Amino acid sequence: MLDQHRDYVLRTVEERGVRLVRLWFTDVLGTLKSFAITPAELENALNDGMTFDGSSIDGYSRTEESDVLAIPDPNTFEVLPWVDPKTAEARVFCDIHNLDGTTFGGDPRQVLRRNLDAARADGFEFLIAPDIEYFYFEHPKKGEAPVPLDEGGFFDLTTTDVASSLRKETIRTLEVLGIPVEYSFHEDAPSQQEIDLRHTDALTMADSVMTFRMIVKEIAAMHNVHATFMPKPLEGVQGSGMHLHLSLFKDDANAFYSPDDPHMLSPIAKSFMAGLLHHAAEITAVTNQYVNSYKRLVPGFEAPVHVSWARNNRSGLIRVPIPKRGNPNATRIEYRSPDPACNPYLAFSVMLAAGMKGIREGYELPAEADANLFQMSDTELAKLGVTQLPQSLSDALKLMEKSELVAEALGEHIFDWFLRNKRREWMEYKTQVTPYEINRYLRSL
Amino acid sequence: MGSEMIVVFPGTTSPDLARTLDLGGYRWKAVGDANEAQRIEPQEGWLGAIISCDEDPESAWAFARSIRKRDNPVNAVLLLISGAQLAELELRDELFDDFCLTPFHPRELEARLRHMFSLVSGAPRADLVENSGLVLNLETYQATFNGRPLDLTFMEYELLKFLAQNPGKVFTREMLLSRVWGYEYYGGARTVDVHVRRLRAKLGEEHANLIQTVRSVGYRFGQGRWGN
Repeated sequence: MLDQHRDYVLRTVEERGVRLVRLWFTDVLGTLKSFAITPAELENALNDGMTFDGSSIDGYSRTEESDVLAIPDPNTFEVLPWVDPKTAEARVFCDIHNLDGTTFGGDPRQVLRRNLDAARADGFEFLIAPDIEYFYFEHPKKGEAPVPLDEGGFFDLTTTDVASSLRKETIRTLEVLGIPVEYSFHEDAPSQQEIDLRHTDALTMADSVMTFRMIVKEIAAMHNVHATFMPKPLEGVQGSGMHLHLSLFKDDANAFYSPDDPHMLSPIAKSFMAGLLHHAAEITAVTNQYVNSYKRLVPGFEAPVHVSWARNNRSGLIRVPIPKRGNPNATRIEYRSPDPACNPYLAFSVMLAAGMKGIREGYELPAEADANLFQMSDTELAKLGVTQLPQSLSDALKLMEKSELVAEALGEHIFDWFLRNKRREWMEYKTQVTPYEINRYLRSL
Repeated sequence: MGSEMIVVFPGTTSPDLARTLDLGGYRWKAVGDANEAQRIEPQEGWLGAIISCDEDPESAWAFARSIRKRDNPVNAVLLLISGAQLAELELRDELFDDFCLTPFHPRELEARLRHMFSLVSGAPRADLVENSGLVLNLETYQATFNGRPLDLTFMEYELLKFLAQNPGKVFTREMLLSRVWGYEYYGGARTVDVHVRRLRAKLGEEHANLIQTVRSVGYRFGQGRWGN
C-alpha cells in the first residue's frame, strides 16, 4: 500500500507538471513551517526523508544534534489550488525524525500520533470537529488599533459585506483541498467570522486546522485584508475561540452514545468528560497558550471561565449538544476553552490524554451545572464544587508544571521547552507598562 | 471500455432474474432472438449475455451460437440451466463461460456474474474508467471531471475508482473499507464517511450527489436503477 501511495504521488507530480513540492511541518507553538524541494528530489524524500537543520525552528533545538529528518506523509499530498496550474505546486505534511530514524521528540505531529496510538490500543478512535472563529481587519499599521471591516453582528447578511465574499472564497478553497465545511457565518463581533469544519480523525483534523489557518490568511492577504486568529483582538467584544466537538468511536460505533441514558451519554462519555474536567486547569496552558488567550477567558463574552458542564448552557466549559434527529453518531461533547491560536496537535493530545485518563481510572462525572454560573457568588460555586480555569498564562503554567499528565502527553522535550518559552513570554509581558496603566495612574497617582 | 449493458434471453424475463440483476446494479435488456440482440446492441457492444435454457433449450442454444460466432462475439455468456439439462453442456464449451443451475440462488448468480465480468474486463482494454463526466486514467492516476482536473489524495482516488468502476451498486461502509482500504487501516468505517465527504467537496457542490448516500446502508455511485 505504501509503495502504491508513493507511486501515486510521484505520478501526480509528473502528470500535473508540479514544479515545487512544499514540505510542511509545525513548530512547537503551532506555526506552520515549510521548505520546498523540486520534483527530482521527491522520490528520495518519500523514501529516505530530507535532512534539515532544526536549530532555527521554535522548540526543535537540542544540544547534541541539530539536524533532523522530514519524512513526507504521502496521505497528505495535495496540489495547491491557488497557484497558477502552469507552475503548479503541491504540499505534503511531514513527520520529523532523528537521523537514526527514531521519532523526534520536538515534533508536535508525532506527539499527537503517539497519543492517538495509545487510545487506539484501547480500541478508541478520536474524532474532532472544530468551530473556528477569527477576525478580518484592515491591513494593520504597526502600533495602531485593529480596524474591523464592518460593524455586522451574528448571522448578519449585508450585501456590501467584503468579509462574506472572502469567507466564500476561503470555503471554496478549503473544499477543493478536501477540508469540508459544515457551516459558516458572521459571528457576534464586528468583522468576526466562524467556519465550522466537518469531523475527521484527530490527526487529519490537526493537519486541516494548520491548512485552514494558512488559507484564511493567504486569501485575506490577496485582497489586502488581514485575518487574525489572535484570541482577543478587540476590547469589549467577544474573542475568538475554537470550540472542539469531540467523540470516540469503538468498533465503528459511537462510544459516547447510549440509548439507555436520559441524556444519551454512555458511561465512557461521562468518564471522558470527568477526565477533561478534572485535568482542565492543567492542560489550559496548552489549549490557551498566549498571554492574550486569558483576555478571552473572562465573564460576559460567551467564553468559559468555570470548570463545569451542561447540556444547553454555553457558559460551561463542556457543553453536550443535543444531536440532530437523535442520530447516535452525532452524540458528542463540545470543549469550549481552546482558542484558534493554539497548536492543534498539542491541544488535541492533552485533551485526549485527560479524557482517556478519566476512562481508564473510571472518574465520576460531577453534577451538571445548568444555571448561569456568571450570576452565582463564589460561595454558591464552591458549594457546587465548581472551580475556575486559570486566570492568566502564569497561573496556567504553574498548574501545567506540576502535571504528570501533561508531561507524559507532550513528552519531555516539548514539555520542558514549552514551559521555558512560555515563562519567558510571561516575564516579557510582566515588565510592560501598558496604556491602561498610563491612563489610569499617571495623573491620579 | 465496453458497454455496461447485458443482453438477456429470452424476451420474457422471470421476476427472480430481473430482481437479481436490478439489485446487483446491472443494466440489461431482454431480447427474443439474435436479430433483435444485434439491432438494439449498444455501440460499444454488449457487456455480456445471460441465457435461460429451461424454457426453450433449442432456441436458447441457437441464440448462444449466434452471439458467439459472429464477428464481434459476446465475451461473457452465462447460462441458466436446470439439473436435468446438464448433459446438454457437453461439447458446447465454446458457447458459454459459466452456468448456474435453476432454480438459482440470487446470491450465487450475482457472485458468478461478478466473477465472470471481472475476468472479461480484466482482459486488455484501455485503462480508463468513464462515468457521468468523470474520467479516471488508471495508467497515470489522473482524474478529471467534466474536463477539469481533480486533485485527489491517493485514498480518495482509490475510493472514487472503486465506486466509478461499480456504478449503481450500493456498498456498505464495511465493504468499502475492506475493498478499498483493505482493513489494514484503523480509522474504522467513519473513515469512509470522511473520504466520501471530501470527494463530494472536491467534485463541487452541484455534483456532490454523484456519490449518493443510501440511508442506513452505505454509498452508491451514480443513479440507481429505480432512479432514486
